Amino acid sequence: MTSKFAELQIVFSQYEHPVVLTVEAQAKYVGHVKGALSKNLFLKDKKQRFYIVSALAETKVDLKVLSQRLGLGKGGLRMAPEEALAEILQVPLGCVTPFALVNDSARNVSLLLDQGFKSQECCFFHPLSNDMSIALNARDLDKFLNSIGKNPAYIDLEANPTVGKDQPPDLANLVPSDAAVLAAPVEKQSQGSEKNHISVNNQQNAVTGYICHMHHNDTFRPKLSSRNLLFVHCCDGQSMVLMCIVDLSLASKAVKPSNASTKEKSSGAASSSISYADTDKFVEEILEKTKSIVLSEIKEENAEKYREQLATLVSNNISKLGVELKNIATIFKNTAYTEGFKAGIHHQPKRM
Amino acid sequence: MEQKTQEEDQIVTPWEVAAEKGGKIDYDKLIDKFGCQRLDQSLIDRVARLTGRPPHVFLRRGVFFAHRDFSDVLDAYERGEKFYLYTGRGPSSEALHLGHLVPFMFTKYLQDAFKVPLVIQLTDDEKCMWKNLTVEESQRLARENAKDIIACGFDVSRTFIFSDFDYVGGTEASTCNLDYFSDVSIYFQEIFKMHTTIKCDMDPAGLWFCMVLLFEISPVSCHTCASSAFTVEIIVQFLLQEHGQDCKVVGIFGFSGEDHIGKVSFPPVQVDMLLAAPSFPSSFPHLFSGKDSLRCLIPCAIDQDPYFRMTRDVAPRLGYHKPALIESSFFPALQGETGKMSASDPNSAIYVTDSAKDIKNKVNRYAFSGGQDSIENHRKYGANLEVDIPVKYLGFFLDDDAELEHIRTEYGAGRMLTGEVKKRLIEVLTELVERHRRARAAVTDEMVDAFMAVRPLPNMFS
Repeated sequence: MTSKFAELQIVFSQYEHPVVLTVEAQAKYVGHVKGALSKNLFLKDKKQRFYIVSALAETKVDLKVLSQRLGLGKGGLRMAPEEALAEILQVPLGCVTPFALVNDSARNVSLLLDQGFKSQECCFFHPLSNDMSIALNARDLDKFLNSIGKNPAYIDLEANPTVGKDQPPDLANLVPSDAAVLAAPVEKQSQGSEKNHISVNNQQNAVTGYICHMHHNDTFRPKLSSRNLLFVHCCDGQSMVLMCIVDLSLASKAVKPSNASTKEKSSGAASSSISYADTDKFVEEILEKTKSIVLSEIKEENAEKYREQLATLVSNNISKLGVELKNIATIFKNTAYTEGFKAGIHHQPKRM
Repeated sequence: MEQKTQEEDQIVTPWEVAAEKGGKIDYDKLIDKFGCQRLDQSLIDRVARLTGRPPHVFLRRGVFFAHRDFSDVLDAYERGEKFYLYTGRGPSSEALHLGHLVPFMFTKYLQDAFKVPLVIQLTDDEKCMWKNLTVEESQRLARENAKDIIACGFDVSRTFIFSDFDYVGGTEASTCNLDYFSDVSIYFQEIFKMHTTIKCDMDPAGLWFCMVLLFEISPVSCHTCASSAFTVEIIVQFLLQEHGQDCKVVGIFGFSGEDHIGKVSFPPVQVDMLLAAPSFPSSFPHLFSGKDSLRCLIPCAIDQDPYFRMTRDVAPRLGYHKPALIESSFFPALQGETGKMSASDPNSAIYVTDSAKDIKNKVNRYAFSGGQDSIENHRKYGANLEVDIPVKYLGFFLDDDAELEHIRTEYGAGRMLTGEVKKRLIEVLTELVERHRRARAAVTDEMVDAFMAVRPLPNMFS
C-alpha cells in the first residue's frame, strides 16, 4: 500500500507499534505525535449492506440518528459481525480503516467520513493491519480513495436533522446500491432488480414478513402487485406503519450452504429450503415487501392523494393478505411445534 | 338388449370413471344411483353462519356437491358436539397433481373453519399390495406424499397422519392382551414380505382383514373373545350378504384360538375394511379415548362413496355413529371432461412439481378449449363453457367470484378470447403451485415425524 502512496505522491508518516485493538491503546503509542486519532466503525444494515464510519475520536456518533439519516429507519444500523470484518474488509479485529476499501471484497461498502478530518493537519488510520498507524492529511486520503474509484463523502456526523415525511433522509444517497456479496452462494431472485431486497443469507433463515416504518422518499424499487398490502396507521402520524405479507415468490432467499444455485428453473429459488423459525427475518421480509409495494403505488403523488390511495389499497387487498399471512403463520407454527417435538423426544428425564 | 344399455351407462367405480358415450358425467344420476344427497344452498349458508367465515370456493362453485348426513353433523355442531375429520390417500406415486390437492385443500378449510381435529390415512399397505412395491418403498412414498399433504397447510396441533404399515396394530394392539403379537406392525410387514417370497396359503387380503379387525376392536375396553367374535361375526355376515357364496370362510388364525376368520378374496371388501377402522373414534385411543359418540366427517371424491357404505352399515351395530360424507365431483383432466386425471399421463394434469414454464406450456397446448375454431366464429357464437377446461379450472382455483363471473360472461359471449382465459389461468395456477412448493420446502423429515407421532392433541378442539 505504501507503494501506492508513493505513486500518488501522498505525503504520510508511518509508525509501527505493538498490535492495538482500541483507540485508547493506539493513543498510548502515537498520541504524542501531531495528528488526530480516528475511530472507525464497521456497520451493517438489515439488508446486508455495509458501511465504514470513520470519525475523529472525540466526535460523537449516534447510530440511531445515522440510521435515520441514511433512510434505514430507527435502529437500522448495527455493528457488523466479526466474520464480515474478515470476509469483506479483510482486516483483523480492531483494524477497521478506510484503507480496507482497497480490497475488491469491500467494493460495495459505503464510506462515511467525519468532516472534522478536513480541519486537521493530519489524521491517523491503520493501514491493513493494526501494528501500524499512518498519519496523513484528509486531502491525501481523498487522493487515495479516488485512485481506487471511491468518492469520499464528508459529513457532519454530529448533526441531527429531523427526518420525516417532508424532510427526506439527508444521507440516503450514501446507502450502497448493491448488497455485499458474502462467500456463501447467494440465490439471486430471478425477477431482476432485486438489489434492495434481502438477498444474502448464510443460515437457513425465515424470510416471511415484517413491519416497516415508511418514509416519503424511500429509494427502494417497487416490486409487488398491490394485492399484498395492508396499511395501518401508526401512532406518530408522520409516517404509516405498514404490514405486508411476502408474496411467497420472493420469500425463498436462503440457500443451504452446500447447495449452490444450479438446478433452479426460471421461476425462482423455490427449491431452496427455508426455515420458518426465524422471526426476525419473518418480520424483516414483510417490511421489505411493504416498502416496495408502497413505493410502487406512491410514486410522484403528493401527500393528500397519497393518503386516499393508501386507504383504497387497504380495503382492496386485506383479504388476500390475510390468506397469505395465515399460510405463513401455519408453516411457522408447524415448524415451532416440530422443534419442540424433537426436543421432547431427545430430552433426558430428570433422575430422581 | 339389456347388456348394451348397461355398457352405455356411465361408469363410476373407485377404479374407473367414464361418462356415457360422448357426454360428461351426469352427477344428478350419480346421486340418485348412490343414494346420497345434494349439498344445497341452504346447507352452504348454514356452514357460513356456523363458521363465521365465507364458505370455501369449492362449496360456492359446487365442487363439493353431495353428502351423506352432513346436516346431522351440523346439527350436532350447533349443539356443541364436535366431530373429527378423516381423509386419506393411497400413496401410489411421488407426483401429486392438482386433482389430488383438491380434497386436501377442502379438508384444510374444514379444519380451520370448524376447528376440529383431522386424521389422515396413508394406505401404503394397499398400494404395496396392488402395485407390487416393496414394503420399504411403499413407506417411503407414503412419507413423501405426507410432505405434500402437510404443505397444504394443516395444523400440526390438530392433525394426525398415519400410515397403515406403521400404525395398524402398533401401540394400540400392544395395549391389549394379545401376547400373540408382541410387535404387530413388524409382524404385519413380515407377512407381506413372506407372501412374495414364500408360497403359503395365507392370503394377504385375509390377513389384512384380520389386522384391521384387530386394530378396530382392540382399543375397545372389553378385550374378551366374545366381543371380538361378535364384531367379526357381524362383518362376516355382512360380507356373506353382500357377496353371497363367493365369500369363503377359511381359517388363518384366530382370536384366542376359537374363531376362524374368512379368507376374503375380494379386493373391494378388503378395501372396505381398510377404511372402516379410521371412521370410528375408538381407532384412535390416544386422541379420542372415551369419546365413542364423536362423529366423523369424511371429505372425499364421489367415487369413494361405495367404499364407505359397508362402514356406514356396520357402524350402528357396533354402537358408533355412521360416518358422514361430503363428496366432490371429479377434477377434469387437462384434455377434457372425459374422466379423471391420470398419474400416468403427465400432460393430463398440472403437477405440484411443474415449473411456471411447464404450467404455461401445458395449459396453452393441452388444455381443452371450448372456444370456436376461428376468431370470427368465436366473436359470433361465443365459447362453449360446458366443455371449456380453462374456465372449469378457474372455477376451482379463482377465488374472486366477480372476476370469474366476468370471464364467463365475456368468454361465453365471444368478447374474450381463449388466449386471455388461458393466460389468467396460468397466473392463478402458477401462484398456487409456487405457494405449494414453498410450503413443501419448509416441511422437514422431523415435521413429518411430528405429524405422524402417536401423541395426544390437547388443543384439537379449540
